[in-house]
Amino acid sequence: MSDLNVVGKPHLHDSAKGHVSGTAIYIDDRPDLAGTLHIAPGYADETCGSIKSIDLSAVKAAEGVVCVLTAADIPGVNDCSPAMGDDEIFASSEITFHGQVVFAVVAKTRILARRAAKLAKIEIETNEPLITASDGRKANASVLPTYKFEGGDADLAISNAALKITDQLKIGGQEHFYLEGQIALAIPKDTGEYIIYSSTQHPAEIQHTIAKMLNLQDAAVVCETRRMGGAFGGKESQAAQWAAIAALAVFVTGKPAKVRLDRDDDMMMTGKRHDFDCQWSVGFDQNGVIEGMKVNYDARCGVSADLSMGINDRAMFHTDNAYFYQNFDITSHRVRTNTVSNTAFRGFGGPQGVLFAERMIEGIAIKTGRDPLDVRCANFYREGKQTTPYGMQIEDNIIADIVTELEATSDYRARRREIEKFNQNNRYLKKGLALTPVKFGIAFTLKHLNQAGALVHVYADGSVQINHGGTEMGQGLNTKVAQVVAEGFGIDLSQVYITATSTDKVPNTTPTAASSGSDLNGKAAQVAVEKIKQRLIDLAAKLYDVETTQIEFANNQVICGEHKLSFAALANKAFLARISLSDTGFYSTPKITWDRDKKTGRPFLYFSYGASCSEVIIDTLTGEMKVTRVDILHDVGNSINPAIDIGQIEGGFVQGMGWLTTEELMFDGKGRLTTHAPSTYKIPTAYDVPEDFRVNLNPSNGNLENTIYKSKAIGEPPVMLATSVYCAVFDAIASLKKGAVPNLPAPTTPEAILNAIKAI
Amino acid sequence: MPNNQVEFIRGGQLNSVANVKPTDTLLDHLRLNDGAYGTKEGCAEGDCGACTVVLGRQVNGEMQYRPVNSCIYFMGMVDGQEVITIDDLAARGQDLHPVQQAMVDLHGSQCGFCTPGFVMALFALYHGQGSVDRDDITTQIAGNLCRCTGYRPIIEAGLKACQNRQDDRFDGQMQATAKLLAARPLEDLFIGDDTRFFAAPKSLASLAELYAKHTDATIVAGATDVGLWVTKRLMDLPKIIYIGDVVGLDHIIDQSQNLTLGAAVTYAHAEQALARIDADIGETLRRLGSKQVRESGTVGGNIANGSPIGDMPPILIALGADIVLQKADKSRVLKLEDYFIAYGKQDRQQGEFLKEIIIPKLAKNEYFRCYKISKRFDQDISAVMAAFHFTIVEQKITQARIAFGGMAATPKRAAATEAALVGLDILSFDENHTLLDKLAEDFTPLSDMRASAQYRLDVAKGLLTKAIVEAGELAGETRVIKRREAS
Repeated sequence: MSDLNVVGKPHLHDSAKGHVSGTAIYIDDRPDLAGTLHIAPGYADETCGSIKSIDLSAVKAAEGVVCVLTAADIPGVNDCSPAMGDDEIFASSEITFHGQVVFAVVAKTRILARRAAKLAKIEIETNEPLITASDGRKANASVLPTYKFEGGDADLAISNAALKITDQLKIGGQEHFYLEGQIALAIPKDTGEYIIYSSTQHPAEIQHTIAKMLNLQDAAVVCETRRMGGAFGGKESQAAQWAAIAALAVFVTGKPAKVRLDRDDDMMMTGKRHDFDCQWSVGFDQNGVIEGMKVNYDARCGVSADLSMGINDRAMFHTDNAYFYQNFDITSHRVRTNTVSNTAFRGFGGPQGVLFAERMIEGIAIKTGRDPLDVRCANFYREGKQTTPYGMQIEDNIIADIVTELEATSDYRARRREIEKFNQNNRYLKKGLALTPVKFGIAFTLKHLNQAGALVHVYADGSVQINHGGTEMGQGLNTKVAQVVAEGFGIDLSQVYITATSTDKVPNTTPTAASSGSDLNGKAAQVAVEKIKQRLIDLAAKLYDVETTQIEFANNQVICGEHKLSFAALANKAFLARISLSDTGFYSTPKITWDRDKKTGRPFLYFSYGASCSEVIIDTLTGEMKVTRVDILHDVGNSINPAIDIGQIEGGFVQGMGWLTTEELMFDGKGRLTTHAPSTYKIPTAYDVPEDFRVNLNPSNGNLENTIYKSKAIGEPPVMLATSVYCAVFDAIASLKKGAVPNLPAPTTPEAILNAIKAI
Repeated sequence: MPNNQVEFIRGGQLNSVANVKPTDTLLDHLRLNDGAYGTKEGCAEGDCGACTVVLGRQVNGEMQYRPVNSCIYFMGMVDGQEVITIDDLAARGQDLHPVQQAMVDLHGSQCGFCTPGFVMALFALYHGQGSVDRDDITTQIAGNLCRCTGYRPIIEAGLKACQNRQDDRFDGQMQATAKLLAARPLEDLFIGDDTRFFAAPKSLASLAELYAKHTDATIVAGATDVGLWVTKRLMDLPKIIYIGDVVGLDHIIDQSQNLTLGAAVTYAHAEQALARIDADIGETLRRLGSKQVRESGTVGGNIANGSPIGDMPPILIALGADIVLQKADKSRVLKLEDYFIAYGKQDRQQGEFLKEIIIPKLAKNEYFRCYKISKRFDQDISAVMAAFHFTIVEQKITQARIAFGGMAATPKRAAATEAALVGLDILSFDENHTLLDKLAEDFTPLSDMRASAQYRLDVAKGLLTKAIVEAGELAGETRVIKRREAS
């Protein structure tokens, strides 16, 4: 990509200086308009049952309270679900999980609202809650129908296989822990119209939810998002409730109103990554080649469907990870429980599918006595075996190359021998090593979401504004899209101004999710740029009497044969010549043909590939564990911005590592989340990241598909690179007894590790 | 007349704030009163560090900078200090501070919400003592959570800035600031009336008199616990007595036999003296809370609040520490282990406050180990905290003091186990020894979100094994985190 000037360079995040100075504005940093009211949600301290009575008299009488909102205040539809109509904004007659919002206090200050919210008396006729996935399965409770991928004859293949394993795996959920909690600010716009500032990945859905709630048309509501302080999927569907409550407060009071959740409320009231119970069998030969496999997933979905269809489907789509299955039976139960509705989280089900696959491989390695890496390689998709369980042919498979390269650069074999020696010589400490692959499908599996729009303005002074439907949550999307625009016009990145995502600039947008942000919005922006550029080319050709093919845009200049003028000068000439300097771009991902009912077609445009190698040390007396070295090789095609891509890889890896190690969600016997604050829910700190952390981008010839500058998506795949941490812990425990298979759930807390050690 | 407004320096100017309510927080003052939005609220409980600001204290004419969590730092506690926030770091329109510039250059921010807190924590380190290595950085930012970057670029930015240190504009102002602060008369602070107040007495006599009059007041040293009563439990605490400025509670007396700590000595201040008793204590302190917490929180507070899961009490009990309690002008000495009576109940009479802690040092043949078990190494409350103190003569244990936290309703000694250990040949010991079952006689722990009862008992056995095995130096490596000797 040497002919590119802006794309492919490690440009700074567009807000980097604002971030370090504290001048990048988040919603809570907007000074309150006079009269702004503050909202705190209230809930019943019960898990499930019917509401017998709600006594809000003490709440209403409390200092500073302006009004209290309940379901009765909603003129339209009391729903904030993304699709299925099963998530009430305020519980109207039933409580279905602990922390479910029943009312909201609107008060003069936030602290007064929070204090008043504790004063409600809500009587519930309680029912026995379904807490775990297994509780839900036993009760036949589900949020969506069971879904299956089947091919060949799994039962027969397993029973005929030389070796077999039947086992289970428990995979924990994960709290997003975005540093900026859920927040929304609603302001009356013009008579009966609203503007909402929301920390959301999906402004269009906020707009739609509020319109539906207030019996308005979508066009009466604007939602704007400049940036989020982290999201990770937690603000894809579940930012809507808070925005709706803020808008309802405006509807009732006519005043600007803001809701910012307290951290504990945020953790109790919003969904998490789904935890999975997996039961599985696999049959394989002496070399570990899989002949048949069967897995059943019971996913705790919580009380409603939310995004559980796509998430559980994606877990199934990634049950193969990088492996070819001839005979398979992949079954997914979407279990309903009386816990908060679980939701999108970076990887969107993929991580659970991949973790299962790699845990299965580790088991096979123990049974065959082979190195797990050899078992992995023996099962990779390869020539003639490129058909996935969902029927898509893999056309861009590079997993073997990546793994081979990482095996060499990580010095895997030599370290394997050293670790064996260490483990022989040390009674209480044991080391483990694992090298695991990732293959991740890129596209929304819900076809209509694969579209994006952009709006580009060139001003007569040559400066440019770009707006698109994607949202910035720290992933550097705006920077990448701005690079695409700058590259297109041949101007410096500093000439391109990023503007807040807003439903009145680009309409009908889809969520910024599925790693698709720059694939979709980069292309849409490019389309808009090309349209404007074509008009500028036509003008320049006329002005200087040259062929359009002789016109080039580079280095802030436009070269027109022998003439040369600045981009700004040409923009000004276009203005004077009454030529439009603004345009929209639209893009829809090609080739996506997936038909969920028929289970045919192509769900993904392409795959993202990577691999990681992790080494850990465990203490067999305490179960404590430290990750000591990590090597990563990941393919991003032709990187639009290598600094941002490396940042996504490292951050995604560490987030995945947290999920699989220290981050443990605990519910008590009544279904109440007991880990609802950072004092009890532990995401990684700087010390948990190994000092020896080697991350490289795969030298690539570019995406085989026609993506923006032949780049590849990067948001989610790195989370699954952390699977090697789990497998390394598993390996360390397995070293204690040859041939024994550890019973190790995720996360691998000291307690989980010590239990696995005791049981081996 | 005591002072009745909070005075502090910000941006080189002396600021006065009147009408400060007893539990107003510094963060709320910055964001809600001052419109200084750079400092963020992430959790409002001092666990994420997004709200980190730096406070400057004048010590012997020099300024000392320390990071604190402004979300649980009461406004009255700011009195007499310099306040530096992210909004103050680079003058408007001027160059970024070297820490900020390094964070930009090395791509240290993604979503940016945690960034001001990291910058401030690193800024404090920039103004710290001595050279800075990677360990110093990760220790400094253990209380700052980032969910985006994976920390590597932040660590590198910290190293780049601190290892190429040049004077910044704060160095230039420091003497003037110190002078301004030193010139303030040492007067008690009392804001409010007899029914609601924030008070910061400056002498032991003032404190004793005030607390005798208001035995229902809440004594606050660092507010790292009491702060949460306000921000999370929404408790109304009408009377706050802050002891952090009391001359006579801030002493560290390091003698050959004993170490004496005044009740208001922060963890950070006591860290080196405690680590010199044993390296494991230093390691526990490195992991206790976070830099922000250790710069506010006190060893005394960890005792006075009576928590069953504090990390210091098991260590101090195993060492045989005494505490001194004072009421009006009378004081008494108490064995620390006798202070903890039951869950939520301590041997502290109404009107009594903790004055100091007297910690015996280790004699020649005394052997000490302590271990902190938590889901995450840094900044996590222990599931189990264990401290072992053996006298070993010719490979035989002749005396044992063992104390655990997290195993009972109070920090508690393992009496049956201690008795059984006497006479043990440490070389005869391993993880299968029947003596380990004695721990089940001493403790019936509970299950909670940090660990199950079974794990607590299992890990207690593992830790006793580790302590004895390490005494015998037999088993090869025994630590996933190396034991770091005190510097």
